[in-house]
This record gives sequence, structure tokens and C-alpha cells, in this order.
Amino acid sequence: MPEVVLSAQNLVKHYPIRKGVLKRTVGQVKAVDGVTFDLHKGETLGIVGESGCGKSTLGRLLMRLEAPTSGTVAFQGEDWSGASGREMRRLRRNIQIVFQDPYTSLNPRMTVGDIVGEPFEIHPDVVPKGGRRKRVQDLLDLVGLNPEHINRYPHQFSGGQRQRIGIARGIALNPSVLICDEPVSALDVSVQAQVVNLMEKLQDELGLAYVFIAHDLSVVRHISDRVGVMYLGRMAELGEEDEVYSRPTHPYTQALLSAVPVPDPTLRGKREQIVLVGDVPSPANPPSGCRFHTRCWKAQDICSTEEPQLVLRPDGHGEHLSACHFAEAREVVQTVDVSDREPDTRFSTLDVGDIPGLDTGPDGVVEEHSDLLHDDTARPPRDTTRLVDEEPEGPRAR
Amino acid sequence: MTTDTTTRPKGSEVTYTPQDGLLLEVEDLHVEFHTPDGVANAINGISFSLHQGECLAILGESGSGKSVTAQAIMGILDMPPAVIPQGHIRYCGQDLLTMDPEQRRKTRGPEVSMIFQDALSSLNPVFPVGWQIAEMFRVHRGMNKSDALQQAVALMERVQIPGARDRVKAYPHQFSGGMRQRIMIAVAIALDPAVLIADEPTTALDVTVQAQIMALLQELQEERQMGLILITHDLGVVADVADRIAVMYAGRLVEKADVADLYAAPAHPYTRGLLESIPRLDQKGQKLSAIGGLPPNLMRIPPGCPFNPRCRMAQDVCRRDLPLLREVAPGRLSACHFAEEVINA
Ligand SMILES: Nc1ncnc2c1ncn2[C@@H]1O[C@H](COP(=O)(O)OP(=O)(O)OP(=O)(O)O)[C@@H](O)[C@H]1O
Ligand SMILES: Nc1ncnc2c1ncn2[C@@H]1O[C@H](COP(=O)(O)OP(=O)(O)O)[C@@H](O)[C@H]1O
Ligand code: SF4
Ligand code: SF4
Ligand SMILES: [Mg+2]
Ligand SMILES: [Mg+2]
Repeated sequence: MPEVVLSAQNLVKHYPIRKGVLKRTVGQVKAVDGVTFDLHKGETLGIVGESGCGKSTLGRLLMRLEAPTSGTVAFQGEDWSGASGREMRRLRRNIQIVFQDPYTSLNPRMTVGDIVGEPFEIHPDVVPKGGRRKRVQDLLDLVGLNPEHINRYPHQFSGGQRQRIGIARGIALNPSVLICDEPVSALDVSVQAQVVNLMEKLQDELGLAYVFIAHDLSVVRHISDRVGVMYLGRMAELGEEDEVYSRPTHPYTQALLSAVPVPDPTLRGKREQIVLVGDVPSPANPPSGCRFHTRCWKAQDICSTEEPQLVLRPDGHGEHLSACHFAEAREVVQTVDVSDREPDTRFSTLDVGDIPGLDTGPDGVVEEHSDLLHDDTARPPRDTTRLVDEEPEGPRAR
Repeated sequence: MTTDTTTRPKGSEVTYTPQDGLLLEVEDLHVEFHTPDGVANAINGISFSLHQGECLAILGESGSGKSVTAQAIMGILDMPPAVIPQGHIRYCGQDLLTMDPEQRRKTRGPEVSMIFQDALSSLNPVFPVGWQIAEMFRVHRGMNKSDALQQAVALMERVQIPGARDRVKAYPHQFSGGMRQRIMIAVAIALDPAVLIADEPTTALDVTVQAQIMALLQELQEERQMGLILITHDLGVVADVADRIAVMYAGRLVEKADVADLYAAPAHPYTRGLLESIPRLDQKGQKLSAIGGLPPNLMRIPPGCPFNPRCRMAQDVCRRDLPLLREVAPGRLSACHFAEEVINA
């Protein structure tokens, strides 16, 4: 197996819950509660799980946008939990992040050139000042955007195009790891595939490793080499894509998989459906023992008293990591191997370039994306790009 | 609760009787938005019908006009900026668009009802959920307070809200996303409507909860023989529940078929491309192939076929002549000049 680029050991993040005028701490939201895994060079590790299970928090911890409550993150063997500001900046160059919502994650007042080139301000040694514009244009070209659009603003691009901008920014510093938090979730189906294909191409060309966080289990299966299933801040199951999807041993994984609709009406009523009762319990007060025991149909007495460890457990073929006392492989999804089937390109394309539709005006600009409901003024920008790196030292040359 | 679907006396003078099960007929509907930047042609002549007990899926990407269609049927479009220059929406033979506003208002709820994607912003945050459901019975059925609340509890139990009796006084924000969606379903079906429109009812929910909600909707539909219009962008959900499907693109229906037929052999290049571009859970090693480009700006829909800038089959005729929705095989409608080639491809 290729070398480990990123390693998380027992990562924990608790957020205090404060109440009253004195803001006394009355509890903890256990957003991430003991997560351990390795990420190898050039691989994609998918992270799935229901809303609120801690996926985004994990992403922020890996990026060190937040300090963990406990546990470590090591980049190429170097623990950066205790790193100083300078060391942190050096290490952070290697790990970048792409956010979910292309409508809010880009600063609306910055040009595309400024957005994609901003990392160079923070790490001035990467590209000499004189070469930056050219480098930004190369990056735009690489992600399939027109390099001549370098002076345009985010609102002049569509959702898919904005996600390309986010990706260009993410790869600007030539990182080894790109953390992608729901990178295609906000995109329309016909545009999703464009961005997924682009990400796969960039990975091949640049040898990037991805942590691909998403709630869409089909997209994750498609793009991932390995997959981790999270439940209430912990990893329920972790293994190769095929192990997790074809031979899941954890009841939660099995239930998740069985709930995903498949675009094939001939399978209607024929697929196994495991219906989970109730909702995910609050991460402020996770159930004792196995956190899944309140919804699990296999739960026994031991499940509410003893926490099952994430260890190798047999899956009928070999073994992979699962945190269930009664782990047992169950084929919920009948998988068809289509790796030798060529896609039908008579009506669609494998080209990852951005082929402008007629949404573009006379000079190729998307004019305020067709969907007026996505008006920027309606959704105040959260400006999460600010989070990506700390402010550069000294006044900004702009 | 009445389950009689043939004659529907709902406390109002008007009764609606579907002929041969035909509930809703949308014919050549157009909707424009007159904005300061120009006219957005959101709906450009769509026609479809809905029968008792039938589930029709309207599939389309964001901005294709799905919600506007639903709002037009419900009569909740903001006019202005919306204008309906042309078309008919008939409910049991009566045109809702020419009906007097008071009578129209009376169809909303007892006859045609709707659930929205975002339950939190569709429920009133300042009233307890039980009160909101009970209000339907008080206003439309003239029930007294305690009877109405009684009914509300029964309905909350019907949509499987655990501990319904104890939670009638809770506010929407005190429920999870899935539970809120159940409450909205309860509000929508309270008056036993003949038509239920569900606009992306599960898009904001986790798959596990989506499965629960879709199962509930199907159950209710069967039990009450409602006509269900399921608006979605998810080809998986459609495959699981719909009888018929209408594919929407730039405010037009580009393909209409029985679900099984459409997935077996799409008759429009857009539908073909969509099916090629979605990853499937049950496939391994799948290569995705994408539709290039973007849907058009509705203020400047290209001449000819609206899909032509993205279509790999486009010929000169496509840039010149608008293809009309026509029958290209038994029971199959497509708006493509080359549909026969596509369906046999
Ligand atoms: N800054 C914070 N302060 C307090 N609680 C937080 C904070 N960030 C996250 N949480 C809580 O931690 C839990 C995990 O949140 P997180 O955003 O990581 O979930 P997620 O898996 O990414 O969910 P989604 O699928 O909805 O994006 C949630 O209960 C969330 O409310
Ligand atoms: N209130 C409005 N004012 C102006 N344009 C609108 C309004 N509501 C919808 N539209 C336009 O109508 C188009 C179709 O919208 P909608 O039906 O909401 O799409 P969807 O298929 O995503 O539900 C959108 O592209 C939007 O530009
Ligand atoms: S440990 Fe027990 S409760 Fe947890 S998943 Fe396994 S069987 Fe279910
Ligand atoms: S009419 Fe022409 S452009 Fe339109 S879908 Fe058919 S082939 Fe493509
Ligand atoms: Mg998240
Ligand atoms: Mg909509």
C-alpha cells in the first residue's frame, strides 16, 4: 500500500453547550468522539453518514481549522497538534479544503483571480509574484474554466463553475491532500458528473489524496477507494469500497445502503429494505455502549453496556474494520461490476472541460445564473474561504 | 374521516366529481416572470393529466420550472411578478384559472393540497403543530376546538409521530427534519384532498428518513386513492415510486412515459444523458459520462430546441425549429426531432 500521508489518531472534538446569563457549561456536543484512520497517497477515502454525525467537523479537524479536544493529526508522520504558527503554515500548504456550497463559500467581492491566487499571498514562496497571474490562469485552465475570465466575480459563474473555482483554489499550492466537504451536493445531477470526472482526472494527474465527505452513498461509492461510515461522532465501519458496499457487516451501514433508491424501476419492491425507526439521537447525549443500539434491530443486552471496538472482523471474504459486537456480512445491494463497460457517449461526454451552454451571454459570461432564486443578495455570504488559511502576516499587497 | 372519492361535499356548496377518475388536467400552461431585468419564460406550454390513485413524477433540474408548475396549480404564485398569459388548469373539469378567487381558495386544502421541501419555513414557527393541524378542521370543517385537536392527534398518529398526544403542543423547531416533514404531510392530508402535490419532499432529508417518508406517502396515497404529483430531481426516487414520469427542461416537458418504459429506453437525449451521468449504488467500476454545459437562462432560451447547445446529436434543424412533444412510440412522448433514433439507440 502507498505511504500514509495523513493520519488521524483518536480524534475528539467536543463543543461546550452553554446556558444562562453566566454562560455556564451544561454539557458537551460530542461532534467527533474518537476517530482513527490513515489516508494513503493518491487514494480517495469517502466519509458517509447521516446529517450531524460529525463529517464536517472531522474535515475541519483534519485541516486543523479547529483544534481537537484531544487526539492527533499527523501529516507524513509529523504530528502537527502542537505545531507553532510557522510550522502550521508550512504543513497546511499540503492539506487544502473545498467546501460544499458554491453559492456561499466564495467571497463575492473578490475576483476569480484573487480567490484562486489568495493562497499565494499566504505562501509567497510558492510562486514568485511576477508569475502568479500566469499560474492562476493555468489553474483555471486545468479545472476547465476559461483563463480569460480571471477578472470576473463569483456571481458571474454558475454553481458548477463556482465549484471549479473552489477546486482551483484548493489545488493552487500543490497539496498532497484535498479535503472535500460535500463538493457536489449542491450541484444539479447533470453538472455533478462534470465535477466528479474533473476531480478524478486531477487526482490522476496530480497524485492527490482526497477525503471525500458526502451524504450521497452512490457518489461516494463511485469516487472512493476506501469508505468510512460515521455514526454519532464515531466510525461504525471502515474498509475498501467493495467491502463496505458489497459485504457490510455493521447494521447501520446495512440500513443506510438499503435506504438508497436505485434508478432502475425493474428493481422496485425487489430490493431489501431495512427501515430504521426514529432519528439519530442527540450527539450531546449519545447512547451508552454501542451508540447505534437505540435503533438497531440486532441489539442485545451487551450492546447498551459495552462499546464495540472498531477492529477487523470477518466479512465472509476476508475481514475489515467494523464496530459491532455481532458483525456479520449481509449483502444489501446486489452489485454489478461494470468496470469493463464503456459509457455511452452518444448523448453525454467524458470531457471534463466546462462546455458553456447558452446560459452565457455574448462574451461568454454566465449572466447571474439562470435561477433567480439563487440570487446572492438573498443569501448573505458566509465567506468560509476566510477559514482556509490564517491571515497573511503584514499588510496585503493588493 | 371521509374516504369517499366520487362525490366530495366539503362543507362548501361546490362539489367536484372526477370523470373516469380524471382529477387534474393542465393544458398548454405558460408562466412568465416580469422582472426589472426582463421576462423570464419559466413555463412554456406544458400539458399533463393526473388520475385518481396515480403517481406522476415531474423530474427536472433546479430552475426547470417544477415548483412554478406546482405553485400555478395551487394558485399561490405571486402575481406580479408572475403572469399566466395562456393555458388551463382544470380540476374535475373546472378551470381553476378562471374560477372566482373565493371558490378557488376553497379548493386549496380540501381538494388540492401541497407539501413543500422545506418544512421548517412552511410551518408557522409561532404556533404549536397540533394547533396548526387542528386549524384545518376548524376553518374548513367548522369543528369545535376540542374535536379539532382530537382529530389532529389522530392524524399525527397516522403519520407516525411517536408520542403524538404529548407533542401536539410542541412547536415546529422542537421536531427533527423528518418529523417536521411528517407534520407537514399531516397538514396537507388533513382535509382528505383528492390531489397531493409533493415538491421535493425528501430532498433535505437523510436517506434513511427519505425512505420512511416515501413509504408513508405511498401508503397514504393507496389508502386514500389520491392523485400524487411527485416533484423531484432524483431518478432513484422516481424509479421506486412513480407510475408515470414527465421530464422537464427549461419550462417544457421534453419526455413523458410510463416509468418502466422510460428507464428501459429514454426517448430524449436529455433523459439519456441524465441516466448516463448518475452514479449507481449497485454498480462497481462505473464510468460517468456528463451532460456538458448548463441549462439556459430563461430570459434567453435559445431558438429551436432549448436543449440544442448541450445536445451531442444537434443538427441544423435543431437550432431552427422547436420540436413539439409528440407520440414517437405507443405511449411514448418526446420533444426531439430525432426521437425515433434516440429511443432505438
Ligand atoms: N461550532 C460548533 N459548536 C457547537 N456544535 C457544533 C459546532 N459544529 C458542529 N457542531 C455539532 O456537532 C455535530 C456534528 O456536526 P457536523 O457539522 O460535523 O455534522 P455533519 O456530519 O457534517 O452533518 P451534515 O451532513 O448535516 O453536514 C452536530 O450536532 C453539530 O450541531
Ligand atoms: N418569484 C419569482 N420571480 C422571478 N422569477 C422566478 C420566481 N419564481 C421562480 N422564478 C423563475 O422560474 C424558474 C423556475 O423556477 P422553479 O419552478 O422554482 O424551478 P425548480 O424546477 O427548481 O422548482 C427559475 O429559474 C426562476 O428564475
Ligand atoms: S453492537 Fe449491538 S447495537 Fe451496536 S450495531 Fe452491533 S448489534 Fe447493533
Ligand atoms: S431536437 Fe435536436 S437538439 Fe433537441 S434534443 Fe433532439 S437532437 Fe437534440
Ligand atoms: Mg457537514
Ligand atoms: Mg423547486
